[in-house]
Amino acid sequence: MNLRQRDRINPHLDLDTVDAAADLMALNMGPQHPSTHGVLRIKLFLDGEVIIKAVPYPGYLHRGVEKLCERLTCVQLTPIFDKHDYVAPMTNEQALNIALERMLGVEVPRRARYMRTILAELQRLASHLLWLGTFTLDIGGTIGGGASLMMYTFREREPILDVFEMLTGARFHYNTHQVGGNRHDIPDGWAAAVKTCMDQLAARMPEYEEQCVTNSVFLMRTKGIGVIETPLALELGLTGPNLRASGVDLDLRRDAPFHAYDEIKVNVAVSNGCDTHARFEVRIAEMYESIRIVRELIDNVPEGPICSLKPVRTVNQIKLPEGKQMYTAIETPRGELGTWLIGGGAEKGACPYRLKIRPPSLHAMAALPYALVGHTVSDVVAVLGSLDPIMGEVDR
Amino acid sequence: MIPNPWLNGLVVGGAVLAVLMTLGALASWWERKFSARLQGRVGTTILGPWGILQPFADAAKMIQKEDLIPRDADRVLFYIAPLFPVTLVLGLAAVIPFAGYWADGVWHGAAMVADVDVGVLFVLALSGLMVFPLWMAGWASNNKYSLLAAMRAVAQGVSYEIPMVLAALVPVIASGKLSVTGVIAWQAEHGWIVARLPVVGFLAFVLFYLTSLAEANRIPFDIPEAESELVGGVITEYTGIKSGLFILSEYLHTLVASAVATGMFLGGGHVPGLAGLPIWAQVVISLAAMWFKTLALFVSIYWIRWSWYRFRSDQLMELCWRYLVPGGLGLVASTAVAVSLGWV
Repeated sequence: MNLRQRDRINPHLDLDTVDAAADLMALNMGPQHPSTHGVLRIKLFLDGEVIIKAVPYPGYLHRGVEKLCERLTCVQLTPIFDKHDYVAPMTNEQALNIALERMLGVEVPRRARYMRTILAELQRLASHLLWLGTFTLDIGGTIGGGASLMMYTFREREPILDVFEMLTGARFHYNTHQVGGNRHDIPDGWAAAVKTCMDQLAARMPEYEEQCVTNSVFLMRTKGIGVIETPLALELGLTGPNLRASGVDLDLRRDAPFHAYDEIKVNVAVSNGCDTHARFEVRIAEMYESIRIVRELIDNVPEGPICSLKPVRTVNQIKLPEGKQMYTAIETPRGELGTWLIGGGAEKGACPYRLKIRPPSLHAMAALPYALVGHTVSDVVAVLGSLDPIMGEVDR
Repeated sequence: MIPNPWLNGLVVGGAVLAVLMTLGALASWWERKFSARLQGRVGTTILGPWGILQPFADAAKMIQKEDLIPRDADRVLFYIAPLFPVTLVLGLAAVIPFAGYWADGVWHGAAMVADVDVGVLFVLALSGLMVFPLWMAGWASNNKYSLLAAMRAVAQGVSYEIPMVLAALVPVIASGKLSVTGVIAWQAEHGWIVARLPVVGFLAFVLFYLTSLAEANRIPFDIPEAESELVGGVITEYTGIKSGLFILSEYLHTLVASAVATGMFLGGGHVPGLAGLPIWAQVVISLAAMWFKTLALFVSIYWIRWSWYRFRSDQLMELCWRYLVPGGLGLVASTAVAVSLGWV
């Protein structure tokens, strides 16, 4: 069988029956597997080591968040949203609060918008650092070169979490956004800490990039692997770096600005490679761009209030208009995180009637059956790692 | 050294066994410290000075662990498979002279268990057998990951055996000897293979070193135990001391393979300036030299392991059959030509 062959397969085939005549081996990769980035199960139909068919089965981390959102008031939702994409909680909070603000028509003060931009870019860096580490971990092995790079990227991620802690008091699940602005103002010395952190990262990023791109084994393992062509990527609804690596120049930061992105220039990285290596390139380029944006903004945060509404006192303080519905999307490190919100639920409208989350990782998972066919078992982890899925977000 | 071969086997064999087992255990500690330094960590610190007693605690833990046998596993094969790797690897060490001395203008091997006439062949044969326990374990485990890993292990072992033999033929042809002692004695007289055969000797050494990495399942050739793809490779289903034996055999294999490469290409225990010294001093110095060279190779293997990524299995086969095998044939041919023309 030609390893480069990649016919469009029909994902609606009866996937649980193995064709006995074809003599395939069914291998359940996951949900307990060291490199499935959480609890994803991929059912592989193997001819030797070559994948004939691959079917991802998400859902092992389903926590019923969308249903939970119908019973919690808008004020209570933010900490829940922290836990979807547990690698980028900051942008998740922002997605929710922007949705609520747009529905209520609340204006966010300029200072808060700048702060949110900085936080979003820092979160993008932290998330991409974690991705780089785990991606090379998948390719290089837990006991091997991949683990070395992972240790370095985790070391770089720590100072970013430290500046988050300085601002919000929490390293991870921040609960720092609220309707109308932010909860925590910038403390003294924060800008200096962020700048130190960025200087350090900017100095070391070229090393990490070089460790990958000058390694011939890394290039052999990534180039031409897991190709997702542009039409397929658009059809499957891929967003974020995965879509940009398939040659589509789309970034909500530039094309549908939120926060303070309308006041600054965002250079969007696009690659036409469509393969695992292109996704690597795009994310690395985004990291340099994020460092640039943070450095540009950190000295120019305008003075003023950080929240346009009065501080939260009771949980049902914010009421959503009945029957009004709205879709809001922002660009998170993983792509377009959309929130479909219908107002006027329980607690006299303090809860959403319905809240549907559009997670970018779920759509990235949909590309797996196409991207994996014709490759070998070893490539599964490389392709999966390059798509950067977070199972908490996929399953919600 | 000791005239009676039985007594020699008992004394030297016991000593080699003790040293290798201790070093094999210490190697795991050393690797933890080394990788920790490489990654900006500290490594083991708690047990003993610098955590040096950690491997013994690990061994105690492994012996205590519950011994699980998967349902529907082939119980006999599952039981005996872990016994082979360590045995085979220690067998490899039997024909390596760990020291040597000049007597009557001839280099003699010392501190070796058995001076086998066909020592090189013995080494290659035992290395070839290393595939069997892996396949036994992979098949007997009744686990698909283990089976895939065993398939890869067999493909890799059989393929890389060929360039390894070809690389080993270079010193054999050059020296005209088939025993490890003979090869080292020739090198002591004429110069180490790496330097004595310009370019060819060095390339053969690199080839032998690479294929040793592959035989010992070390990155970038550790496809059979690719833990990010195949969970634990062939040892996925093994628990306790059985998996411990597999892991120990890998450390020992790296160590012994380094010793073999040292003997075949780096002159074994020979260093210049030994002639004329009393025999005991020669033995001590050559023993130290042998271990220094061996451990230097050993360190480089782990350096590669902690900074490189892993090949894919088909790329590994491609590398072997497209580049290493023709390259090895070329090296053998050029050595043969050089020897027949009297250049060496």
